[in-house]
Amino acid sequence: MNPQLLWLIPLLPFTGFLINGTVGRKLPRAAVSGIALLCTAIPAIIVATLWASILGGGSGILAVASAPWIQVTGFSVNFAFAVDHLTAIMLAVVTGVGFLIHLYSVGYMAHEDGYWRFFAYLNLFMFFMSVLVLSDSFLLLFVGWEGVGLASYLLIGFYFTKTAAANAGKKAFIVNRVGDFGFLLAMFLLIQHFGSLNFSTVFSSISASSTQGGFLTAIALLLVVGAAGKSAQIPLYVWLPDAMEGPTPVSALIHAATMVTAGIYMVCRCHTLFDRSPYALGVVAIIGALTAIFAASIGMVQNDIKRVLAYSTVSQLGYMFLACGVGAYTAAIFHVMTHAFFKALLFLAAGSVIHALSGEQDMRVMGGLRKKIPVTFWTMLMGVIAIAGIPPWAGFFSKDEILYRVFVSDNPIGKLLWLVGLVTAGMTSFYMFRLLFKTFFGEQRFAEHAGAGHGHHDDAHAGHGHGVHESPWIMLFPLVVLALLSIVGGWIGVPKALGGSNEIEHFLDPVFGGGVELAKSAAGASEIGLAVVSVVVALLGLAVAYFLYVVKPGTAGAFAQKAKPLYELVLNKFYIDEIYNAIFVTGLLGLTTALFRSVIDFGLVDGSGWAASNGAKGLASVTRKMQSGNIRSYAGWLALGAAAVIAIMIFGLHNIS
Amino acid sequence: MNLDTSILTLIIFAPLVGAIVLALLPDRGKTMQWGALIVTLITFGLTLHLPAHFQSGMPAGSFQFVTDLPWIAAPAIRYHLGVDGMSMWLTVLTGFLAPLGVLASWNTISERKKTFYVFFLLQQVAMLGIFAALDLFLYYAFWELSLVPMTLLIATFGRTAARRDAAAKYFLYAFIPSAMLLVGMIWLYAQTGTFDLPKLASLAASHGISSNSAALWLCSLAFLLAFAVKVPVFPLHGWLKDAIAEAPTAAVMVLAGKTGLYSILRFSFAIFPDESHRIAPLMIALGAIGVVYGALIALTQNNMKHLAAYSTLGHLSIITLGIFTFTIAGVDGGIYQILNHGISGGALFILMGILYERYGTYDMRDYGGLAATLPWMVTLYVITTLSVVGLPGLNSFVGEFLVLSGTMQATIAEHHVLWTVIATSGVIFGAAYMLVMIQRVFYGPASNPNGSAPRDLDAREHLALWPMVAVMVVMGVLSPYWIGSIDPNGVAISHQTSSSTSAPQQHFRRAENAPAYARDITSASATQGVK
Repeated sequence: MNPQLLWLIPLLPFTGFLINGTVGRKLPRAAVSGIALLCTAIPAIIVATLWASILGGGSGILAVASAPWIQVTGFSVNFAFAVDHLTAIMLAVVTGVGFLIHLYSVGYMAHEDGYWRFFAYLNLFMFFMSVLVLSDSFLLLFVGWEGVGLASYLLIGFYFTKTAAANAGKKAFIVNRVGDFGFLLAMFLLIQHFGSLNFSTVFSSISASSTQGGFLTAIALLLVVGAAGKSAQIPLYVWLPDAMEGPTPVSALIHAATMVTAGIYMVCRCHTLFDRSPYALGVVAIIGALTAIFAASIGMVQNDIKRVLAYSTVSQLGYMFLACGVGAYTAAIFHVMTHAFFKALLFLAAGSVIHALSGEQDMRVMGGLRKKIPVTFWTMLMGVIAIAGIPPWAGFFSKDEILYRVFVSDNPIGKLLWLVGLVTAGMTSFYMFRLLFKTFFGEQRFAEHAGAGHGHHDDAHAGHGHGVHESPWIMLFPLVVLALLSIVGGWIGVPKALGGSNEIEHFLDPVFGGGVELAKSAAGASEIGLAVVSVVVALLGLAVAYFLYVVKPGTAGAFAQKAKPLYELVLNKFYIDEIYNAIFVTGLLGLTTALFRSVIDFGLVDGSGWAASNGAKGLASVTRKMQSGNIRSYAGWLALGAAAVIAIMIFGLHNIS
Repeated sequence: MNLDTSILTLIIFAPLVGAIVLALLPDRGKTMQWGALIVTLITFGLTLHLPAHFQSGMPAGSFQFVTDLPWIAAPAIRYHLGVDGMSMWLTVLTGFLAPLGVLASWNTISERKKTFYVFFLLQQVAMLGIFAALDLFLYYAFWELSLVPMTLLIATFGRTAARRDAAAKYFLYAFIPSAMLLVGMIWLYAQTGTFDLPKLASLAASHGISSNSAALWLCSLAFLLAFAVKVPVFPLHGWLKDAIAEAPTAAVMVLAGKTGLYSILRFSFAIFPDESHRIAPLMIALGAIGVVYGALIALTQNNMKHLAAYSTLGHLSIITLGIFTFTIAGVDGGIYQILNHGISGGALFILMGILYERYGTYDMRDYGGLAATLPWMVTLYVITTLSVVGLPGLNSFVGEFLVLSGTMQATIAEHHVLWTVIATSGVIFGAAYMLVMIQRVFYGPASNPNGSAPRDLDAREHLALWPMVAVMVVMGVLSPYWIGSIDPNGVAISHQTSSSTSAPQQHFRRAENAPAYARDITSASATQGVK
């Protein structure tokens, strides 16, 4: 493949953004979506040819560079792209899933105002996301990193007349900026120590030196701050659930399949750095495990179908972090990939449900939809089984790989982390089947002609209420494709112990190299044992959900009543938003107003200015007497003054020293 | 006479001729607007001669397009003009902003138009003169000249009854330190017998100005204070909020930043290298604090102009921080950021002025939901906001990134890592107040502050804004074009640290902190060696 084609992968979506963003308002809808689809389809085809060449035995290593972007004496950064096997996987996910979601959006957004704006933003996102994964340097990666954040901001706030949506967009951007703060500092340290931000320069310097920890730990931890922001990890996960204010295809594409995995991608990309700092890796693992179980616990009690999926995403991202933290980068990327399939599917299916119910998102008023929207049901079922970790669906292989790697890792609390992961797996299975049962099983709890203004809509997708209906083929086609991928997508990573050949591991070997040698060779039996345990746990979650929501509906409510304080605590997401708000918003603003604004700015800065000007006025009233109006006396004063000044300057100051 | 030697004179005096012509023309219809537009466009066209004929790769400290004529024999004052990469781009920027300022004032200034445009053009003369003058006395004439039209613009065309106070405050803040600057200059002349900047700079490099280090130190402080007030550097920003709140858009666009920062770079650093290094740790601290301080206070404002005033403080602080790091990245980034601030800040003020023209208020509590009815307005406002918050791909990111990465390497200050962390946290607060403003003005339920029909940008406003937006993008993507000619300034200024800074106390300080630095230096050189 001609490496110059790489430029087209980001530039075509950018062209689409420019066209739709400027003249899209005046174009017919078919033209708007046609442009947007074309500008994402061609990059997907380019990536497909890239894969064809890789599978045909090509190396898959490509690089292109242009003139410098920033250049000062001693430091420069080019616009440069590079492709290796890791980028190839990310590109396939981004362009493939991205195209499917563009397709779905054509149907989903058909009745919305601002159609052109939506597709312009979506293309803008594709531009920045491909820059992110293609970039050859930290700084260009950061361009994509901030850019996807911008696209996310614009799309979360798509329904900007809604205060909640505008707030959510702003919150996402600002929380991500906290992460960027860490990322920036990491880059400053990298420049200080390596004089460069190119991946190859930095990583080969690290490989060639024997430095362990030290400033590498500092850099790694600062990068973790960045990754925690983008990939919604504790303590910066708070923006992602709110981001569900955006249209559902956005949740699927940006807030599940692609953008939020950028943090994991970044950590994997920097594995050379992280491998030198066991401390930083330990932090990553602990953050990941805590986030996984914490978000899963919240997901178990949410009633909004998209919120359940949002917390589920946070939790799954926690798994990927956990994998990175034990050095199982291949497993993390494997899970990024399968998660992109099944979570995009779940969101799109949820969107189809919402579409069918004309904007309803509350699962308490759903139920019994299985027969009404069968295609949505069956495809969503594939996604639920996949995420629950039941073989041979995709999620089982990637999640099990992570759990196994955690179990056999060198981490001193590896077994504990594994247990947390295992419990989370059970919880995941439970809340996903809870979602499925509440939505598709049981009795109908919705009004047949649910129209606009019914219940509360977190998604303003309402207004064409014409009864419960299956979605059009343009929305169902992506669902079917993703459902198939959710089934077979994991088969490229079947471990040897289960009779597979773990192709993805070999595929990523050139990137992660020795990092994956950790696997204990004699672990075949225990690997099978662990797999059995996690399947049992997943089935247990399924069984509990089946009992609580199908066999004896109402039992869950009774439980909640019995443990009301606990239930309230979890339902209200442990009041984290409220605590953050009190500290970082009210507290900071209060402090600023009280101290900076009143005392320093008004008191000291203005006060001293006032004192100076009053002093000057006082002086003026004295000097006014000198202003006799007589020109000769002015000249005299001027001469005297100048003489005094010069005299002081020449003679006076000599005496000081 | 060769055009290269007379071009700076033409640039400076074109607006002066224009001002005289305008003063003689009758103030009828749109004569004044068109007249000012034509004059500023001609001036801008003339400034473009500079980058077109600029010789890159000249040694640091050399000036181009030089005119050097005797003016007054005794004291020796010369009409000495010339530019290097830094002052060339500042001249072009000044030329670029002027016609846009005229367009922004087109309808807003409806009375006493002649006074307004004449003062506006005189302000141009003063600023262009400041950037080109290489003789201290000539420079001082332009410096003082810049004070008068600005004060009168604020006092005459201010928005509210507080305009006179604001103008008086501005004048006092600027004038009192300027008097000290004059004293310092006279002392310098008494010591050296010259006002010529290149001569003074070479004397300074060989420690030949004065052997009286205390007097030099005081003199450097007089210079720095005059410049720092004009920037303004935190906490000398007492005049900024009122002046920005009152001044008309075209005046606000050139009110703060450029001249003060340029003067520090050109005069303080060249004439007082050792003293500038001595005070650098303090200035780095003030810069870093100013970034966060400005952003936090901006976050608590309801008035857009007040918000913009503190935002300006924050952005100027980061430039102050950058240039005082005495690192290549810090100085290059700082100079680049002066240009960026002129563009992005200017665009923001024009946009705010357009809102004010339509709705008669700067109070954000009166606004909301304008995005639904003013799609172009919101588009350009958001792009400008993204430039201001330093989104990569737009202009300000390049400058801020270089400044902050320079700060991380600024061993001149003991706690440079701390100051880097503090200043970098500005990216969070900066985004916060700008996005809060966007939300309050454009998102949420629709509002209509004064009941007028929604009116999106008209052709004149598009014409004023799109050049700025285009420059934001181009300067964000093709920065080497500008930085290439700025870089010699950065190299020269940062090299002062190693060569001319042989003042004993510096060595002493170095030695004192040896462990911390030594560790960094050895690890850096170790990795360098590895490479």
